[in-house]
Amino acid sequence: MAEPAKKQEQEVKMTDEGLEVGASRLTEDKIEKVINQVLKAETGARLKTYVDTCVHCGLCSEACHFYMSNDKDPKWSPVGKVKQTIWEMINKKGKVTPEFIKRASEIASTECNLCRRCLQFCPFGIDIAYLIATVRRICHKLGVTPRYIQDTAHSHSVTMNQMWVKGDEWPDTLQWQEEEARGEFPGLRIPLEKEGADVMYSVIAPEPKFQAQLIYQAAAIMNVAGVDWTMPADMGWDNSDMAMFTGDNEIMGRVKRAHFETAARLRVKRIVMGECGHAFRSVYDTGNRWLGWSRPAIPIVHAIDFYYELLRDNKIPIKEKFKDPVTLHDPCNVIRGGGLMEKSRFVANALCETVVEMHPNREYNYCCAAGGGVINCGPPYKLKRVKGNRVKAEQLMDARARGAKVIISPCHNCHSGLKDIKNYYDIHMDIKFFGDIIYKIMEKPE
Amino acid sequence: MHDIYSFVSGPLAWVAFIAFFAGIMYRLIDMIVQVIKKEPFIFTYMSLKYSLRSIIHWITPFGTLNWRRNPILTIVTFAFHISLILSPIFLLSHVTLWDEAWNISWWTLPDGVADIMALIVIAGSLFFLIRRLTQREVKFVTSTSDYVILAIVAAPFVTGFLAYHQFFGYPIFVILHILAGEIMLVAIPFTRLSHMIFSLFTRAYMGSEFGVIRKSKDY
Amino acid sequence: MADQNKWDWEIKEKKVPIGEWKEHFEWVEEPYASPDGEKVAAVVNIGEGEFNVCINGETWENPFEKIWYVRFSPDGRLTALVSDTGEWTVAVDGVPWENKFGYVWNTMFGPNGKNIAVAAQQDGEYCMVLNGEPWEEKFQNMTYFAMSQDGTKTAAAVQVEGFGEGEIHKFQQGCFTAAMDGQAWDNRFVNVWNMAISPDNTKLAAEVRVNLYDYTIAVNGVPWEKTFGCVWQPIFNPKSGSVIAPVRVSGKWTLAENGKFLWDGRFFQVWHQMFSPNGEKLAAIVAPKYGRWTVAVNGQPWTATFSDMVTDMVFSQDSSRIAALAKEGEQWKVVADGSVWSNVFDMAWKPAISSNNKYVAAKVEKKGKYTIAVNDRIWSKECEAAWDPIFNSNGDKILLRTVENGQYVRRVLPVTEITG
Repeated sequence: MAEPAKKQEQEVKMTDEGLEVGASRLTEDKIEKVINQVLKAETGARLKTYVDTCVHCGLCSEACHFYMSNDKDPKWSPVGKVKQTIWEMINKKGKVTPEFIKRASEIASTECNLCRRCLQFCPFGIDIAYLIATVRRICHKLGVTPRYIQDTAHSHSVTMNQMWVKGDEWPDTLQWQEEEARGEFPGLRIPLEKEGADVMYSVIAPEPKFQAQLIYQAAAIMNVAGVDWTMPADMGWDNSDMAMFTGDNEIMGRVKRAHFETAARLRVKRIVMGECGHAFRSVYDTGNRWLGWSRPAIPIVHAIDFYYELLRDNKIPIKEKFKDPVTLHDPCNVIRGGGLMEKSRFVANALCETVVEMHPNREYNYCCAAGGGVINCGPPYKLKRVKGNRVKAEQLMDARARGAKVIISPCHNCHSGLKDIKNYYDIHMDIKFFGDIIYKIMEKPE
Repeated sequence: MHDIYSFVSGPLAWVAFIAFFAGIMYRLIDMIVQVIKKEPFIFTYMSLKYSLRSIIHWITPFGTLNWRRNPILTIVTFAFHISLILSPIFLLSHVTLWDEAWNISWWTLPDGVADIMALIVIAGSLFFLIRRLTQREVKFVTSTSDYVILAIVAAPFVTGFLAYHQFFGYPIFVILHILAGEIMLVAIPFTRLSHMIFSLFTRAYMGSEFGVIRKSKDY
Repeated sequence: MADQNKWDWEIKEKKVPIGEWKEHFEWVEEPYASPDGEKVAAVVNIGEGEFNVCINGETWENPFEKIWYVRFSPDGRLTALVSDTGEWTVAVDGVPWENKFGYVWNTMFGPNGKNIAVAAQQDGEYCMVLNGEPWEEKFQNMTYFAMSQDGTKTAAAVQVEGFGEGEIHKFQQGCFTAAMDGQAWDNRFVNVWNMAISPDNTKLAAEVRVNLYDYTIAVNGVPWEKTFGCVWQPIFNPKSGSVIAPVRVSGKWTLAENGKFLWDGRFFQVWHQMFSPNGEKLAAIVAPKYGRWTVAVNGQPWTATFSDMVTDMVFSQDSSRIAALAKEGEQWKVVADGSVWSNVFDMAWKPAISSNNKYVAAKVEKKGKYTIAVNDRIWSKECEAAWDPIFNSNGDKILLRTVENGQYVRRVLPVTEITG
């Protein structure tokens, strides 16, 4: 396999106001108090058992794309990151410096995607992602979180969506897309606030903000497939959740409550969500738990699963299959976190003539390095992120060498992350969502 | 010398065994009480099926992706742990002691096999020591306590091997052997050697989360 | 509530052939029935970019470019959010308010239906609009709208300080507050969320976050002395005027009154607390165990608990009974005073309790067919659509609004016809 050609990008050390200003306001007393408060009041047997059980064997290291891509530098290994953060906090009983917290926050927020691949590599099943998330929680309570993702968490707190989309902008955008789509699909509707529909369709805020065509496509698919669906006009439409990744559990809970209660208010049977991974983690696994729901209160169906149903039941008439060979990226949150690997392949094979597998794949797939809130920490960390995923570039180059021209990535963060990777390493491939391909090849009215 | 022997093999052995069993009980009860108090949600997701699926894969050599990726380590670690656990339990001279003291006995390993197992543990310890010193990712997370723990594990086998073969200083090595064994027993519940007990639970929990919620493999 | 005694409780059946409507229009959207059941309406498309509302077969006088959110006011007037030449307003019985806006949304009604409010945006500024009159003060952003119990006052969380993209520390100094009838509090908070207006309209209470992690309730801008790990929406005690809100302490939830703990119990969740009409009972939806849900009355949870959700809690008029919905797996259940109906449904709607306390009724759905269930007995008719059943003031008759074979049907039945 050829070494990926790396673009020479100037590594600019950008400062992060979130970390700098946050850390400058800390005192060692406050740090000690907050760390011990979180360790005592918010963690329990799990943290203690994980820390006491870890034998420092390093077997988690090769699970991590950051470690593999940074020439196996041990400070990038999962346990290496644990050592540089939570171990120190525990061993020193919270007596660490503001400088330490700044670095710990940077490690936890920008050098770990919480992708949970290392959980599969640890002989003891230690939840390293949980340990790193605990570090983020501590940093949140200390007010030391990277600026961009903190701003996103603020947006969640005010608007219940990720992108500061205001109350009027959301329904207005849907109505605009509905009108646009009627040019192509006469009589098409995006039914707002239709109580008793089968399905509530939910998206992440970047869709109305920057990628309204994805809503257009979803509406087209829903209409062609004859789905009884609705979208809420009020808060609760956004399933995304960066608060989950900043350790702001309370805002995570508030956002998820809005989401589930909106679905309950609309009396839908289930929530179908767009092609997003982290949002799936939040609504399916994490956010619901904080609220006391052991399972999602209203069933959550990821787009992969939904397309699988529609295609299995021949609800989407296909003109002809997608010709260009594709490769399939397995987003951690829906594959390792939701078991949709075979359904994803069913959908890919139903839509495309040729599917080229990347290796490793399915639940062992390498992370995109964008997830877990890392891409949301913004430009200061972009170079680190793409350099930190050379292994993914190698996977893509290998798939390309075997003919793949298009990467299908059924997750927004993966999408953006892979785009950055292919640009940096000069890999000439297109990236698409399943929805892009379905929209392209399905039968449309003449 | 005899007094010291009586002491380490008598009262001190009692202390060690009591500390070992009581320590394990304490750690387990403490863990469960903490889960009930602070993280009762864990019980909601526990599944016997997926706990066993996870545990069985991980206690099977080459039964998991990571074991397959590291064949030498896998062979060493399995040989090491099997020998570490079986040889002290089924060693003839240990069983004889149980028989003399309590009139109970069980099947024993042939001495030759037990001898090889002791060597495996010693060699395994050396392997782990070298790994800690040379592998960057292991060295980076190694602290003094890791060497101490390794020494605690190796010591009973080194001393036992020397005592058994009676190369020199037999009485001293017997005493040291007993002492080393007792130190290890006491250390198990209160150091990272507690992975002996906790790993079953951490595996069971992760296996359950992966099986029940995430519907994918944790092995 | 509008005076139900004036409604027609005598004529057994009235029909509107809504199925025929689609012959007259390009398409007909989902129908809405008036509270008294006399009218049924839907948005209809009458050509490219032209919409109207069809009500009992008649359209409004003027069409609009866009129409959405058709809702009947409690007094039976029909409202919709309508747009012409890029401006939005509310049309009431086909007559748009004189004032037009950049956008309007979130229609709210006062209890007697006289007062109608919406949120509005004009030139990038936000305010509430009550009966067509906008607040004098406008804000940079506005979220979480509230209406007083008599419908004469509106409130919202408003942004009173600007901050640029990524200005996280300015945000954390507090840029939000609450406003009633446009009058904003002086105090600023990091966040302001759900709020409630006191029955005498003098106080406004809201959930606030004072920094990134301390939450409390602010009443007329003054936060409670104590802060909590989290809080949910406050309500007012109708008798004493005190403020009650769910609060989170050491990872568990309970109710607090004016900042002091009210309930002894600690739960995995407490929300949707509600006073009985007489103010004697305080009920809430709670999770006594992780992943188990029920209703607690004055702190005492029902013994029956449910796995997924409990919603739509409602008191009887005399405060003696409580009904709610519970969800377990794919099944929705009706629970009255802690006892679960044996029938289960694919979906259920908010229960109603008759004034004589004899009956609990709910709209329910099974396999895509809608009907009404009363006291665990299911009405024999399977309908294409249905609306919530309404009891008469004696509690012996029930008003049913359904769609059957393309016909909208308003029906008055003796309740015994369903219960047998």
